[in-house]
Amino acid sequence: MSSTETDFLQEVADSDYKYGFVTSIEAETAPKGLSEDTIRFISAKKEEPEWMLEWRLKAFRHWQSLLEKEAYPRWAHLEYPEIDFQDISYYSAPRTTPKYSSLDEVDPQLLDTFSRLGIPLEEQKVLAGVAVDVVMDSVSVATTFKAELEKLGIIFCSFGEAVREHPDLVRKHIGSVVPYTDNFYAALNSAVFSDGSFCYIPKGVRCPMELSTYFRINEAGTGQFERTLIIAEEGSYVSYLEGCTAPMRDENQLHAAVVEIIAHKDAEVKYSTIQNWYPGDQEGRGGIYNFVTKRGICAGDHAKISWTQLETGSAITWKYPSVILKGDHSVGEFYSVAFTKGRQQADTGTKMIHLGKNTRSTIISKGISAGHSNNSYRGLVKIGKNAANARNFSQCDSMLLGSTCGAHTFPYLEISNPTAQVEHEATTSKVGEDQIFYCKQRGISEQDAIKLIVNGFCREILTKLPMEFAVEARKLLDIELEGSVG
Amino acid sequence: MLEIKDLRARIEDQEILKGVNLTVKPGEVHAIMGPNGSGKSTLASVLAGREEYEVTGGEVWYDGKNLLDMEPDERAREGVFLAFQYPVELPGVSMSNFLKQAVNAVREHRGEAPLSAVEFLKLMKEKAALVHLDPSLKRRAVNEGFSGGEKKRNEIFQMAMLEPKLAILDETDSGLDIDALRIVADGVNQMRSPERAFLVITHYQRLLDYIVPDIVHVLVDGRIVKSGGKDLALKLEDLGYDWVKEQADAETLA
Ligand SMILES: Nc1ncnc2c1ncn2[C@@H]1O[C@H](COP(=O)(O)OP(=O)(O)OP(=O)(O)O)[C@@H](O)[C@H]1O
Ligand SMILES: [Mg+2]
Repeated sequence: MSSTETDFLQEVADSDYKYGFVTSIEAETAPKGLSEDTIRFISAKKEEPEWMLEWRLKAFRHWQSLLEKEAYPRWAHLEYPEIDFQDISYYSAPRTTPKYSSLDEVDPQLLDTFSRLGIPLEEQKVLAGVAVDVVMDSVSVATTFKAELEKLGIIFCSFGEAVREHPDLVRKHIGSVVPYTDNFYAALNSAVFSDGSFCYIPKGVRCPMELSTYFRINEAGTGQFERTLIIAEEGSYVSYLEGCTAPMRDENQLHAAVVEIIAHKDAEVKYSTIQNWYPGDQEGRGGIYNFVTKRGICAGDHAKISWTQLETGSAITWKYPSVILKGDHSVGEFYSVAFTKGRQQADTGTKMIHLGKNTRSTIISKGISAGHSNNSYRGLVKIGKNAANARNFSQCDSMLLGSTCGAHTFPYLEISNPTAQVEHEATTSKVGEDQIFYCKQRGISEQDAIKLIVNGFCREILTKLPMEFAVEARKLLDIELEGSVG
Repeated sequence: MLEIKDLRARIEDQEILKGVNLTVKPGEVHAIMGPNGSGKSTLASVLAGREEYEVTGGEVWYDGKNLLDMEPDERAREGVFLAFQYPVELPGVSMSNFLKQAVNAVREHRGEAPLSAVEFLKLMKEKAALVHLDPSLKRRAVNEGFSGGEKKRNEIFQMAMLEPKLAILDETDSGLDIDALRIVADGVNQMRSPERAFLVITHYQRLLDYIVPDIVHVLVDGRIVKSGGKDLALKLEDLGYDWVKEQADAETLA
């Protein structure tokens, strides 16, 4: 890593949440409420083709039927007030539309927001090897490195742009991994998704840089419904990063994203996330509700998908990045650190669905709970009847900081092939008094001792993150810990 | 440098230290011996500030300051070092990260600038050589999966890194093989200086052949019942503790 990069990361890491600012860019916001008209409004705003609108409407009707049946997820180990879906605005876009040929044309106020976020656009190009596609208030306002990627045939753009410019690709793949019938929030997202990212790596191409997206919620009371689609053709490779920060708000904000990944034969997709939505105040007021459906399919033989995540934010997190291992010899990985404090509730985990022969999956989950928070791991390992010699290894470790928080592990196994080998290990520990004392005896303060111990606990996962992200992740964890202990 | 007056401490309603008196001057090496369960580790822990132990009486003065008023990390930064009888494992915490924080915390307290990465690595290398610490251990997590002897050697390595004024070694010799014992003792001897004092807790005369103490104390049932020169250790090795206990009982009766 260059020193510019290191400084930059330092800056990103330092510009933590204590700030909580809101940009005052005038936004075109849809009136609150959800109906077929809202869907038509969104689709028209985005100048979408007819088929896209039809798909949204089908999803909407399905969602409505679920709402009537009250079929929203209840089984997670979470408690939250009923969400009034008519009290949310489903579309908001900055006035400035994304049609710049250079950064000079971008609204200076917007640029200022980015620099406060720690990602000054003018420095993005300096950030060697990282293309940043910034999604703000649901509309992409800037994409860099595009030209370089285009030369390789890689498409990395906003979802809206993909619908307009690459309709065949989108139409073929949207909903193919996460159909709108999948669950309540996937249906909602499919109906009202505002924007997101699209990424296509052609056959045999190794994407030479980490593709990175920063998300940010900015309008009060606006739901954030991002949609990401990543397609990796045969023999290709891509590492994709998604990170976010959010300003402080005093009302709950619903976030329901969908991510779909398709990895064809011999392709590899590495998806890394730092999730840092506003968690609410000490009593949990005002935090983000984060209901995310992330799923990838290893469609061909020897394909590989790995999810690595650091979850520190949101009042409520409900997220299970999953892999369908369809191709023979395909590999799925899930590496996760979830940190909760205050009144945060996290219910995260993964599903590894083994369908092909000789498929392998690895799950390593580290949960850290502080304050009055609740942190649950929920994981399903399913071995289909044709998945001969499938193997899974799962390890779930929980660490408790204090005695008012909770950690729970819910492993589920469904095995229909006798040749499967499945291993599960789980541990729960308290940060030991003797560990803290040992550090203090060496002159290290209690707070620094806890940071060291927690960072050590998560090390295995953090080292899976791309280098520049790992630095940020460690800093973020430190900052989060500062607010919750000592 | 250290003055302990009638120190009493208990844990869970059980009184362990029942009036310990001890004075240590800069440059001195004091050995503390005594039967299992007599309170040696308790004394070390109380000096280091372990919260489980409740001090019920007495005073401890360190460099003119009331030691018992200080937090454990403050004591450490003031130069009190404890080599643990049972060193603690810190999974995933790298030795270099851990020691860098420790060293810089101590330096900051002394008003010195933090060490740069290069200076720090140089220091690590130099001090590791002092106790012949296997270089691969420096790259591992603190004590994680270390053998018993490696852990003990690591304690002395940390002591060398932190350069304390008062070092308390709690049975650092146990678990060390003969060669390691000599190496560790050499390391300690190299650190002996007119400004630095040592409290060496041990069961065996053997260690005291290498680290020659100025004074040997015998702790029995929470009290120092006998103090003497290094010959006392030899006598204990020969005769055990019964005669000391009897003497002490006789004195109490009288
Ligand atoms: N956490 C504790 N809870 C209850 N009793 C304790 C605790 N720690 C120490 N004790 C008791 O205090 C007494 C003194 O223990 P200490 O460890 O100080 O002895 P020691 O002299 O270091 O012994 P050894 O030579 O075996 O190391 C023992 O009887 C021990 O059982
Ligand atoms: Mg002991």
